[in-house]
Amino acid sequence: MFENHMELSFDSISQNESFARAVAAAFATQINPTIEELSDIRTAVSEAVTNAIVHGYGNKGTKRVYMACAIYDDVFEVAIRDEGKGMENVPLAMQPFYTTMPGTERSGMGFSVMEAFMDGLTVESTPGKGTKVTMTKRIGSVRDDE
Amino acid sequence: MQLANRRKGGSLTVMLSGELDHHNAAEIRKSLDGMLDGSVRELILDMSGVTFMDSSGIGIVLGRYKRMRERDGKLYLSGLGGSAERILRMAGVLGLVERK
Repeated sequence: MFENHMELSFDSISQNESFARAVAAAFATQINPTIEELSDIRTAVSEAVTNAIVHGYGNKGTKRVYMACAIYDDVFEVAIRDEGKGMENVPLAMQPFYTTMPGTERSGMGFSVMEAFMDGLTVESTPGKGTKVTMTKRIGSVRDDE
Repeated sequence: MQLANRRKGGSLTVMLSGELDHHNAAEIRKSLDGMLDGSVRELILDMSGVTFMDSSGIGIVLGRYKRMRERDGKLYLSGLGGSAERILRMAGVLGLVERK
């Protein structure tokens, strides 16, 4: 089995949403995803990182967001973790259009997008301790370097 | 943020470009709303220059839809494609906002 792993952390500021997308996509390119698969990964990572910054940390830019990516043969995996607020009720938070910020233009569709664009999604959260979102995507073709 | 736009009578076309994400959403929203003077009856958001969009874009589109409705105007989308179209379709926005 071919395996590769990376981890990084970055400040919880919105400028790093784009950075996180780019890093995840760059890591995934080694297993030859299509443009659409890369776009899916970028979008899902963007949603998870935005959730960490906005909901985990309440837009406080002084915290850290942790991202770990892995490749297992043709499967790309990404985990986004924060040490912020956490969620009492994960199933409720994952419902389409559910938002804890109703007066804003937040759509409440972040988890729905993650579910639609990736093959697997698990959310672990403890109130007061943080949240970890793990997503997987099977990539269509794998380059055989051997 | 300066957004390229084209005005023809009461119709305003705004060309969105680059990345539509949480980081850029507030500025884009502010720029769009700043262009909506009382004489704009029709707002067309041209998405053909958008290189990336996540669910933050849903809020931008729906927010402008509401603003236009408040002034008895209409919002249209044009140049949709890729994941932007997919996300807007998922959220039911394409059943609400017409395309031009």
